Amino acid sequence: MKSLILIIVSGALINNVVLNQFLGICSFLGVSKQMKASVSLGGAVIFVITIASAVASLLYDYVLAPLGLDFMKTIVFILVIAALVQVVEMFLKKKSPAVYKALGIYLPLITTNCAVLGVALTNVQDGYNFLESVLSGFGTAAGFTIAIVLLASIRSRMREEDIPAPLRGAPIVMISAALMSIAFLGFSGLSF
Amino acid sequence: MNKYLERLYNGIVKENPTLILMLGMCPTLAVSTRAINGIGMGLSTTAVLILSNLVISLLRKLIPDQVRLPAYIVVVASLVTVTELTMQAYLPALYEALGIYIPLIVVNCIILGRAEAYANKHSAGLSVMDGLGMGLGFTLALTLVSVIRELLGNGTFFGAQILPESVDAIAIFVQPPGAFLVLAAIIAVMNAIGIKSRQRKLVESGCDGQCAACAMSCDKKGKEGSAQ
Repeated sequence: MKSLILIIVSGALINNVVLNQFLGICSFLGVSKQMKASVSLGGAVIFVITIASAVASLLYDYVLAPLGLDFMKTIVFILVIAALVQVVEMFLKKKSPAVYKALGIYLPLITTNCAVLGVALTNVQDGYNFLESVLSGFGTAAGFTIAIVLLASIRSRMREEDIPAPLRGAPIVMISAALMSIAFLGFSGLSF
Repeated sequence: MNKYLERLYNGIVKENPTLILMLGMCPTLAVSTRAINGIGMGLSTTAVLILSNLVISLLRKLIPDQVRLPAYIVVVASLVTVTELTMQAYLPALYEALGIYIPLIVVNCIILGRAEAYANKHSAGLSVMDGLGMGLGFTLALTLVSVIRELLGNGTFFGAQILPESVDAIAIFVQPPGAFLVLAAIIAVMNAIGIKSRQRKLVESGCDGQCAACAMSCDKKGKEGSAQ
């Protein structure tokens, strides 16, 4: 039990997917412009990564590994993730229009968010079983959401500030991200 | 011959994928802790980019328009797997150092972006040169970031000690925050001397530099951003 909690905490805080492993940087820098969009994207990412980790783990353990097709994992995972996102989108549209509306356009965009493929591959690399993979996926995605919502809050404060001209736009956002990253380094002291 | 050289110039200078288009940020930030890793990552990506542009350009009349993106992904993923296995066999040290970021070349925005924006409309020769130009532009930017980080954070240049031992290296630069700081500084300098990055335009178009998703979901807008 303790190790399962550790997987979630380490995914969300200690090895934060954005600030520490630099996966999903594009959406992190792009979407964090708006608070509302960040929250929606975060929700969609948690949803997709958790499901994708589960499917990838099952597929690896019961199809790829027994057949000795280990080297095919990159190709299989990316296709499965792309197909999965499509299915999830259609399912939500039909069964739960409210959720679909909230996650909206962010679902298809997630296909190529490198965090999804990154988590699936890391889980396999670390030899996680099904439950561990799901939890690690959930933790990682929660870490993504925490980071992007925090950055969006910082950026909403920054809008009123008088920023030196060369730093406007991308540079000041990256400096904010750097400071967040320094703060998150503190979590590496967490031990259980 | 001129238009082939123009492709090279376009990729390296005019539309530098990292510094001007702000694509492929994840590997740029993640592996740039040492100059040798930066070059290794840049060259592996270049190899995949040249080959994927070549294959996609040759197949551009065979692939039906509706399924072109899944088809591109399969081509790119296969090439990345080949590259990964080759590196594992011949460059084990680099393979270890780059780790998870080698398979992640699949989702590098630059590769699908170029397939969608260039290779599926142009001849094989031009597409190869486009891949080479973009790849070299990416490699140069990645090397620049990693040389700065290695020098400040470790006091070394390609592994050779440059700063005297008595000078303390600033370790934060080889840790994750340093990546953001160095890239922020480079872009700020570019802004100050008047080289505009095009990221703002992408963000406003709603595509947010969402990696290859630009090429996918925001089809037209993505093309404006990453194409000619």
